Amino acid sequence: MNGAIPLVEKAPPAITQTGLNGANSRLARMLRAGEFAVCVEISPPVGPNPEAIQREMNTLRGYAEAYNVTDNQSAMVHVSSLAVSIMLMQAGMEPVVQFTCRDRNRLGLQSDLLGAAVFGIPNVLALSGDHPIWGDHPQCKAVYEIDSMNLIRTIRMMRDNQVFENGKTIPKRAPDFFIGAVENPFAPPFDYRPTRLAKKIVAGAQFIQTQLIYNVPRFREFMKRVVDMGLHEQVYILAGVGPVRSARVAEYMGTQVAGMDVPDWVAKRLEGLSKEDAAKAGIDICCEVANEVREIEGVSGLHIMAVSWPAAVPEVARNLGLYPRPVLEGDPIPEATASS
Amino acid sequence: MPVRDIWQDRPAVLVWTWEATAAVLRFMRPVFEKLGMEQSSKIVKPPEELVKHMLFNCQDCAQCLLHYNGMTCPMNCPKNLRNGPCGGVRLNGKCEVKPEMDCVWVLGIERIQKTPYINEMYRLNPPVDWRLEGQASWVTYALERDVIPTGTDTTVRYATEAMADGTVLADGSVVAKGDA
Repeated sequence: MNGAIPLVEKAPPAITQTGLNGANSRLARMLRAGEFAVCVEISPPVGPNPEAIQREMNTLRGYAEAYNVTDNQSAMVHVSSLAVSIMLMQAGMEPVVQFTCRDRNRLGLQSDLLGAAVFGIPNVLALSGDHPIWGDHPQCKAVYEIDSMNLIRTIRMMRDNQVFENGKTIPKRAPDFFIGAVENPFAPPFDYRPTRLAKKIVAGAQFIQTQLIYNVPRFREFMKRVVDMGLHEQVYILAGVGPVRSARVAEYMGTQVAGMDVPDWVAKRLEGLSKEDAAKAGIDICCEVANEVREIEGVSGLHIMAVSWPAAVPEVARNLGLYPRPVLEGDPIPEATASS
Repeated sequence: MPVRDIWQDRPAVLVWTWEATAAVLRFMRPVFEKLGMEQSSKIVKPPEELVKHMLFNCQDCAQCLLHYNGMTCPMNCPKNLRNGPCGGVRLNGKCEVKPEMDCVWVLGIERIQKTPYINEMYRLNPPVDWRLEGQASWVTYALERDVIPTGTDTTVRYATEAMADGTVLADGSVVAKGDA
């Protein structure tokens, strides 16, 4: 073969086994200790405003093991996930840096992963990302050069085998990450979703955060199949919950947001209430759902997403009896106390 | 409903045609090896293009997943997912980006149940090697250049690895220890 494109890509002669598994992650230690873990989502601001990030951090500090920092949420341009994750690290709050395949090819993704490793960011969450058509730059070219499955695989090989996606060795040391992925139990084909979860586990996912749950019966069905397949013993599943502020938001999420299943009863319960009452009812609904899902076999924790409503998180966490967070033995990071 | 659905929803004929094509391609391998991938592609690509564009709306990735996805081209996915479907599929099975289009992965998983490749739904498809884009996938198939995983993986892996013993698979077989 003399073609310009090589016929056979060579795997490295000796495959290194680094034995790393995300041990630096407090979230991982919490889950491995069998504690019910909590993750909370932080949305970086649109403007380069460190005070806004600081405010959100102050509101949420102490309510979770780790804080998911979204990556250009809803395909709208925001401060980068990596930058805000670094701010969290410097403030002693553990981030889960999110990387979508929408904005970067494997070169960019791996470069950002190395950057995250340089700052000691212990958790990473790989996802495809909302399509730009939903965002504020619908005219842009979507990248999607590799899919989330292969991003997870790449991260796993970078960590376990100290190689890049091209098979070449990473000099000096391997990055150590606790690897996360997402799954949406509510998107068709429902029967295939647990299988796709199994694919992500084989790819390298160690924890899973689910789409926001309102349709509890559907989620229960999904988890039953997951448990039947024995997948819950190989991956920690954090159930996604979150409060909605008003009937209008509930309707919007149910009809306009991709991959969301919001049954009608949610909007009905919020309808006609005053702003304060609706907010209170929204938090109540979130807590009811959370209390139901935490009893389901195979659920290892909660992932609280209060989209553009961080102030609701402390109330949700307290109502659920998930605050204060347990302290682990040999915790190197002293758990900071919330100011409120 | 696109005309394509007429044959794609009844994949038996497509499967038979593919099996026959694959046999010919494997037979042709020494010729392709002698000519090289690019030269062979120049000859094979035009007829392949003619057939695949019409039948499947082929996107010329040259690492064909058709029979791994129920004879449905996954590169029609606006996110180019090789391991779909994404979490954005509408509750009615339509694409989140193109509401008038059926999700190619939802269709593929439905259709693969009617083919002998049913357990390929557990396959972890490696990423696209974009250098191959535009080559003939019939040639890359014959030369086994279409399935080379990247990094340290030397074989393609399957989701069944993660499943507990006794899990019943789509074709009715059961996961047993040592089965991968």
